[in-house]
Amino acid sequence: MSFEPKILGFLCNWCSYAGADLAGVSRIQYPPNIRVIRVMCSGRVDPEFIFDGFEAGIDGIIVMGCHPGDCHYLEGNYEAEKKFNMVEKLLSFVDMNERIRLEWVSASEGNRFAEIVTEFTDKIKELGPSPVKDPSKANVLLKNINALKMSAVSYRLRALVGRERALTEQENIYGEKVSLERFNDVFENAIFDEYVRNRIVLSLKEDTKSVKDLAIELNMDPSKILSHILILKGRSQVSMDKIVGITPLYISTLEE
Amino acid sequence: MPDKISEEKKIGVFVCHCGTNIGGLVDCEKLAEYSKTLPNVKYSEHNLYTCSETGLAAIKKAVQENDLNRVVVASCTPRTHEPLFRECIEEAGLNPYLFNFVNIRDQCTWVHMKDPEAAYEKSKDLIRMGVSKAEKLEELEKIIVEVNPSAMVIGGGVSGINCALSLNNQGFKTFLVEKDKELGGRLKELYQVFPSDKQASELLNELVAKVKEAKNLTVYTSSKLKSVNGFIGNYEIEIEQRNHNVNLNVGVIVVAVGATSYKPLSLFNYNSKNIITQLELENKLRDNQIEANDIVMIQCVGSRNADREYCSSICCMTALKNALIIKKREPNRNISILFRDLYTPGTIYEEYYRKAREAGVLFIKYTPDKQPIIDKSVVKVYNQYINSEISIPFDLVVLATPLIANNDNRELAQLLKVPLEENKFFLEAHVKLRPIDFATDGVYICGSAKWPADISESTTQGLAAASRAGTILSHKTIEVEGATAYIPDWNKDLCKGCEVCIKICPYNAIVKDENNEIQIIQALCKGCGTCASTCTKKAIVIRHFTNEQIISEILAFGGEKVA
Ligand code: FES
Repeated sequence: MSFEPKILGFLCNWCSYAGADLAGVSRIQYPPNIRVIRVMCSGRVDPEFIFDGFEAGIDGIIVMGCHPGDCHYLEGNYEAEKKFNMVEKLLSFVDMNERIRLEWVSASEGNRFAEIVTEFTDKIKELGPSPVKDPSKANVLLKNINALKMSAVSYRLRALVGRERALTEQENIYGEKVSLERFNDVFENAIFDEYVRNRIVLSLKEDTKSVKDLAIELNMDPSKILSHILILKGRSQVSMDKIVGITPLYISTLEE
Repeated sequence: MPDKISEEKKIGVFVCHCGTNIGGLVDCEKLAEYSKTLPNVKYSEHNLYTCSETGLAAIKKAVQENDLNRVVVASCTPRTHEPLFRECIEEAGLNPYLFNFVNIRDQCTWVHMKDPEAAYEKSKDLIRMGVSKAEKLEELEKIIVEVNPSAMVIGGGVSGINCALSLNNQGFKTFLVEKDKELGGRLKELYQVFPSDKQASELLNELVAKVKEAKNLTVYTSSKLKSVNGFIGNYEIEIEQRNHNVNLNVGVIVVAVGATSYKPLSLFNYNSKNIITQLELENKLRDNQIEANDIVMIQCVGSRNADREYCSSICCMTALKNALIIKKREPNRNISILFRDLYTPGTIYEEYYRKAREAGVLFIKYTPDKQPIIDKSVVKVYNQYINSEISIPFDLVVLATPLIANNDNRELAQLLKVPLEENKFFLEAHVKLRPIDFATDGVYICGSAKWPADISESTTQGLAAASRAGTILSHKTIEVEGATAYIPDWNKDLCKGCEVCIKICPYNAIVKDENNEIQIIQALCKGCGTCASTCTKKAIVIRHFTNEQIISEILAFGGEKVA
């Protein structure tokens, strides 16, 4: 049997869901793989949901909202886009960024809705089943996706995404605003750092490890690992368990 | 966590055949059986039409007999039928928010007609997802807001004036906002209207006289909408009149902005002299300055083509009416109407066609692939009945051009947050079920703003909009959506006061109170949920779309975590 992907769609009530209904009323046919979750606005889609979806074995996820300027709640779709960009970057670390899509579909675009769904379904078919379902990869991958999800809900990244438009589009009281490039630089580094830190936390949850152990495991420079460890200690996410010989071993303080 | 969560969940699932719309493709009985196997489902059945009297009665009976406390209906779309089912379970004694909708028609059987097997599997998944969300639904209280018993009607043409007059007569303070210097809209440009054969100016004068007499009606001409804030019952409006701004507070808004006549600049050698539009013909008729002896009217100019696929619906009647006016004045003039299809619905309109034939107007059908051609003093047209091209001499060619959407519709649509359809006319909530409403509560649509409409149609719709608006304005208070954002008590400690939500809320519904705690003002929140997905500490919860509810849907589709 050919591969029939599981595709999840988050559709905003006012435009995209209405567009999908219109495709129905007009009897426009499209592949049956998609299952839709209705939300009031695309801005409601928490980055966390995307990772939950992939953890649950979904092959592709599409978020649809109103066209720019048309959001029923004025600007929810702009926020959705910022969140989506972050999720896309995070997913690129595990090579799954092509499995998500953000599109604008209006209430009158039944045709467009069907076209996008058809095209996205084809794309996911081409990519094949989610690597999460591959037993040889699942173990490591799921741990990494968990690290991605922890990053997406981390205070630092959420605060950055939440403030992005205010920082880059509005001037502060001194009449300055942050250029998009500068913001993106900071943001991109932050995204990667948080991902690495969460991998460290998860790894130390399994076992106490030294900086060197972690450096080998994550294939990174020990000095980088050490600086992350220091920050994680500052956040009380990691503590020193014991010293063996002259090597300190760390442990995660994360509770489930 | 609130106590409700711990109470035993008893879910009832009702699968609707929707006649053959769903039942014709998938086995609804089997879907109902399948539903019974899902966690917490205590009851299920399938109905021919769940939304019918019988269907609704069946829900109520099942709720009472089986002590159900959650109801799932798998049928059409929540966008049209959710209010009905919520009301139904409320009558059965349940909180209306304990209802969940599963769409297995518009987004399943209607779009996977060639693959019944896959549609059936998809229906199962959707029901499973819907049941898992239903299990997590909580009771909610609706929010009560006061209604300002006044209305703003945008656009002072036939539909807008009639709407405003009717609102005035119902006793509501009404503001009529017109962008031109005078009221009247397209009516100002017309000579005589069908089917009454009344002078347009006479009709307009009557309407304007009534407007002048109206006690509750204030007219703002040369005025444009600048900003809109608020929600049903309580809109704050700013309009710009010439160089100053006026602030209005109203409970509802009616869009009656009409449409624009299309100028066929590059079609059929249009020159506005001896090749003119029907609208320009109206002016000549008014001034009685038609000298032409041979008149050729061409229909569907610039409509029903690739650029503009729609039929403008008023042009056939306009041509017939104008041809008859000319024939009445000077029976010997030659008039030919070149048409593609002639639409004269109803006995009265059909009568015009009959009379025109009797008066000797010539009707020649042309096809879109063989358009008439204007060649010096003749119009050449292929006549399919005699299978050859004929040449008709002319002194005057009259082109029937469509009404097109105003070019500022987009701007207005964005201010009001209402949608446009593909031709940029305004899009109603539902073509059959809610033709005068927008999906947004408290905003209505009438006349040619929605679709080219003739005078009687515009009048009907204007009055309809006034009566729809009256259903809101006649109440002192109304209930609005209770699915808002809040910070539950058990999340209060999570909030660290980062204020990201305050900046992100488009309605300024989030503030810091005197104790430095975040407060979400319920009457201002519209429940979009953006604050929750942004909240740095995940302290904010969106009622009816909680993280737990959404994640349960995700997991119900994906299967429990793979790991
Ligand atoms: S309502 Fe459609 S994106 Fe906000």
